[in-house]
Formats: sequence, C-alpha cells, structure tokens
Amino acid sequence: MSLEIILFVILGGVAAVTSVIVITRPNPIISALFLVLNFASLAGLYLLLNAQFIAVAQVIVYAGAIMVLFLFVIMLLRPGNEEKIFSRNPVVKIIASIVAGVVFLQIVYMIFFTSPSNSVTGEVSASVNAGTVEAIGRELFTNYILPFEAAGFLLLAAAIGALVLAKKKFE
Amino acid sequence: MSTWEIVIFTLIKILVIFTIMMLTVSYLVYFERRISAWTQNRLGPNRVGWEGVLQPFADVFKLLLKEDIVPEQAEKKIHSLAPVIALFVAFTTYAVIPIGPSFNFFDYNISLVVADVNMGILYVLALTSLGVYAITLAGWSSGSKYSLLGGIRSSAQMISYEISMGFSVGGVILLSESLRPIAIVESQGLWMWNAWIQPIGFITFLVSAFAETNRLPFDLPEAEPELVGGFHTEYSSMKFAGFFLAEYANMIISSALIITLYLGGYQIPFIDITTLGLAHWFEVLIYITAFFFKMGALLFFFLWVRWTIPRFRYDQLMNLGWKVMFPLALLNIIWVAVLIMVFNL
Amino acid sequence: MPMLTEFGKIFIFLLTAILFVVVAVVAAKLIRPSRPTREKLLTYECGENTEGTPWVKFNIRFYVVALIFLIFDVEVVLLIPWAMVYQSFGFSGYIVGVIFLLLLGLGMAYEWRKGDLEWERPKIVPPVLAEKMNLEKPDQLTPKEISI
Repeated sequence: MSLEIILFVILGGVAAVTSVIVITRPNPIISALFLVLNFASLAGLYLLLNAQFIAVAQVIVYAGAIMVLFLFVIMLLRPGNEEKIFSRNPVVKIIASIVAGVVFLQIVYMIFFTSPSNSVTGEVSASVNAGTVEAIGRELFTNYILPFEAAGFLLLAAAIGALVLAKKKFE
Repeated sequence: MSTWEIVIFTLIKILVIFTIMMLTVSYLVYFERRISAWTQNRLGPNRVGWEGVLQPFADVFKLLLKEDIVPEQAEKKIHSLAPVIALFVAFTTYAVIPIGPSFNFFDYNISLVVADVNMGILYVLALTSLGVYAITLAGWSSGSKYSLLGGIRSSAQMISYEISMGFSVGGVILLSESLRPIAIVESQGLWMWNAWIQPIGFITFLVSAFAETNRLPFDLPEAEPELVGGFHTEYSSMKFAGFFLAEYANMIISSALIITLYLGGYQIPFIDITTLGLAHWFEVLIYITAFFFKMGALLFFFLWVRWTIPRFRYDQLMNLGWKVMFPLALLNIIWVAVLIMVFNL
Repeated sequence: MPMLTEFGKIFIFLLTAILFVVVAVVAAKLIRPSRPTREKLLTYECGENTEGTPWVKFNIRFYVVALIFLIFDVEVVLLIPWAMVYQSFGFSGYIVGVIFLLLLGLGMAYEWRKGDLEWERPKIVPPVLAEKMNLEKPDQLTPKEISI
C-alpha cells in the first residue's frame, strides 16, 4: 500500500510542477512539451486508480493527438508577438491572478470543507475492475448504447464543423 | 513471489531484452548493408573482422567519438531532447512483447515477457502515438528549412498511418477478445493465424508499419534529392546515432508486433509440439527459435522491399494512407465482424 | 492486485529506459571532442549562405490533416471497447458497431468529397532555363523565374 502512496506522490508532484511550468515558460513549444509530460503523469495517476481505459485514452487522444495538433499550430504561427502582449500588460496579470486565486480557493473549499459525494456505493473490490477496457465495453453495450451512438454523431458533427471552420479561416 | 523477487526478475529481463535488442539492432544495420550490397551486386562492408562482422562496433565507436555540432540557429535544449524521445519510445515498446510461453525455472514460473499487462496492445498504440514528437521536434528545433519541412512531412505521414494501424488492430481485438499480447498469440492457435483470417487487416497493418518506421518506400522525410537528410539534417555524432538506432529498433518492434498480432507469435504452424513428448526446456527453446526465425524473415522482407519499390511521391503517400488504407481497414473490421457472426468463431 | 504489479514492471522498464538513454547521451558527451568553428555552426544549406528565416511557413494542409487525425483517433479509441466485448453480444453488438462505423465512414466520405484528403500534385514544368536567362547582361546570368 505504501508503494502506491509513493507513486501517487511522485506522479502528483510531476503533474503539479509541470502544470506550473506550462504557464510560466515564454516559449510555447516548451510549454506544449511540459503539457505532454503533465498528461503522461495524469495517465499514471489514472492507472493507480485502476482506470486503465481512461489512462490509455488520455495518452492516445490528449498526448498523442491533441498536442500534436497544438504543436502544428504553434509551428505554423511561429508566435513571437504574443509574448509581449502577456508580459507587458499589468491589467492582464492582475485579472489572471484574481481568477486563479478564486479557482484555487474554490478547490480548497471543495477538498476540505465539503463531504465527499456518496454516489459511489457498493463493494470496493467490484470497483477495481470497473475501469478496465472490458468493463467499459460491457457498460457501453448494456446501459449506454445511446450515448455511444450519440458520440458517433457528435464526432461526425465535429469532423464536418472543424473542417468548415478551418477552411473559412484560411481561404 | 515477494516484491523484491519480482523487481529483481524484472530487472534481469530488462537487461536481457536490452542486450538482445542492442545486438539485433547493430547486426540489423550490418545485414542491411550487406544485403543491400548483395542486391546491387557490390561488396558492402567486409573489412572489419571476418566478412565485416565487427563493422557494427566500429560504427558505434566512430559515432561515439565524433564531434557533436549543433547549429547556432537551433533551439539547443529541444534539439538534444528529440533523439532521446525517439530512443525512449523505441525501447519502452519492448516491455509487452512476448517472445515465448512461460516456463518453470526451479521454483519460479517465468513468463518470457517483461510485463504481461491486460492492455498491452493499447500500450503499444499509446507509445506509437508519442513517437511523432521526436520527429516533429527534431525538425522544428534544428533551425533549418530542410529539417522543418522534413519533420512536418514525416509527422503528417505518421499520424495518417496511425489511424489505419489503429483500425487494423481493432480487427485483431474482435477475434481475440483480449488486449493481452500473450492471449492474442494463443487465440490464434496452431493455424488460425490472423493473417489468413483477415488478410486485408494484415496488409493494412504491414503497410502502416512501414510508414510508421519511415522505411522505404515511405522514407519521405529524408528524401535525399529534395530534403537533404530531412529531420536529421542537422544531427551528428551520438544524437544522429539516437535516431538511427531508434529507426532500426522500431523495425524490430514492428516485425515483433506483426508476428504477435497476425503470424501466430511464437507458435509453429500445424505442429503441436506439446504432443511430441519433448523436454519442457526444449519446447520453450523451439518456441523462442520460431519467434526469432519469423522475426528474421520479416526483417529480411523489410530490406527486400527497400530495394524493390521506389519511393512514393508525397501526394501519392497521403492518398494511399487516407483513400486506400483507411477504407480498407474499416472494411476489414466489418469483414471480421461478419465472419464472427456467421461462423461463431 | 495482480495487475498493478504488471504496471509496476512497466514503470521499472520506463525508468530503466530513461536511465539507459541518459547514460548513453552523457557518456558520449564526456568522450567526444568539441572544437566548434563558425563554419561548423552554420545551418546546412548545400554550401550556400543561409537565406532568410529557417522557420518557413508550411502548407496549411498539414494542419487540416492533424485535425482529421484527431477526430478519427478518438473514434479508434471508442471502437476498442466495442471490439473487446463484441463476441458476447451477438447481433445487437453488430448493429451498434455498424451504426458507429457508418457514421465514421460518413465523416470520411464528407472529407473525401470536399477534397480535404486531396494533396496537391507537383506541377511538372518543362525546363525553360535557357529562355529565362538574361544573356545580354552577363553579370546577371542567373535564371530569374524558374518554377520547380
């Protein structure tokens, strides 16, 4: 059990540190890289919770696809001017700090002053297998057929919409 | 087994795997040069040692001792990071590939795979999707037009073929009902290899594997006449060696994956050697030999294709990926689904 | 939990791989020479002086390809749980999967029809070097507009 705690501390620490680095680096490519590392450590945290499918989806979709798209965009734009906008304007900094502070306080409140939700009931041993790919497949077929197909429709809409928007912008 | 025993066994396995891999990679380079020479009716490296068998070591020492030149325009940190990512991704994929069945060694039951995770194939797919970074970053950070264009071409190529790869794997999972590589090998039985049952999926996976490893005819990123060296134009010494090793390690990984997914893994066709009454260690030895034999044959196929098919043009490559391989992979999934419906496989 | 130890093995493997790669890189750094000169540090451009910024703008199509890839990658990930349990659900599983695949195919057909999968073919231009050269002024003996 202690090994899990050690792993949790390592992975959580990596996730926290990298997320800070992401927003403080001036070079967007380095930010993007640390975001990838952040996603990877999040995937490790999911694995510790036995959520295997989510962990793999996190790596394949977020780290492997979305961040590649981000990188392409950054490389395409070669941003140099954006740097000035963010570092020279004090108003932006103040507003950003206020928003960040409010969100932080909210999270602290959630963690320390509210009781954990009671929606998770049942055996702990049953929840161990709940995150495997097979269990998720079974759930998709028994209880969530409609959301599964709806996701298909959503992706179709996304495919069409994204292309329409992308073309509008660039042509 | 206690935790420490598990850790020690894992470390031993990792060391063995690394040693085997480094040796196969260096000799793959040697054999590639010799076979290329043989195909083109020339001699190839034959001076260092008997028939040049020590050539790989000479190459490694040369690359170790070369000066490392990083151009001024480059983003230094990312420039050094890119080959590290390439090597890391290539190495770590080996963790889930079984080279033989488990056997008993004194009191321990040892399986011939480092980690027998219940989602091994997804682990491989996840790592493959991370491999794009090495090439994209190498191209971008070098500060050279050739590198940038080569890198961006290569990453677009890799992500395009990743899709058909994913869908081809879907067909295999349909049949095996498992993501564990060992279960996939065993579900294929003695002759019902996935290559026979779903030939379309086999072909799409094979082609995608060629494209993912950037091998000819898909070596567009380093198309010499137009892009000099592609994404590794500005790499030298050990960093270049990193990309070089990663490419060959990826070739080995791909052939091991193709064997595991489509060619029955370590099994021997039609002969059930458990019925022959051989000693247990001998059976295991036969299985391992079968695995490496298949791997050698596939690697030879990789080299053979290199000297048979000319390089694609970039538009042909993208058309092949999106308009041929992708629909074929989808068809393959439907085909396997129908097969399962009809024959209750 | 037996599976966690398997992931633990993977974790050990990842650490070993990182160690191995880092050791290789550092060891190479220690033994190799380093004598940079200005010429060595220039970007390679076939012997010519470097022209312009290295970060050239590339075709927007690469971005579109990455966009399409993202969408289909999500579909691959969603399809894998379906493939895992397909055999135990029979015909209803088949219908569910086929509808999903149909939607996927529809998305692809749209992109195909709209020409987002098309890649520009290189235009083959016959060599016109001699005509474009300005032969009257020998010091400008360079081709002015050569389309490659």
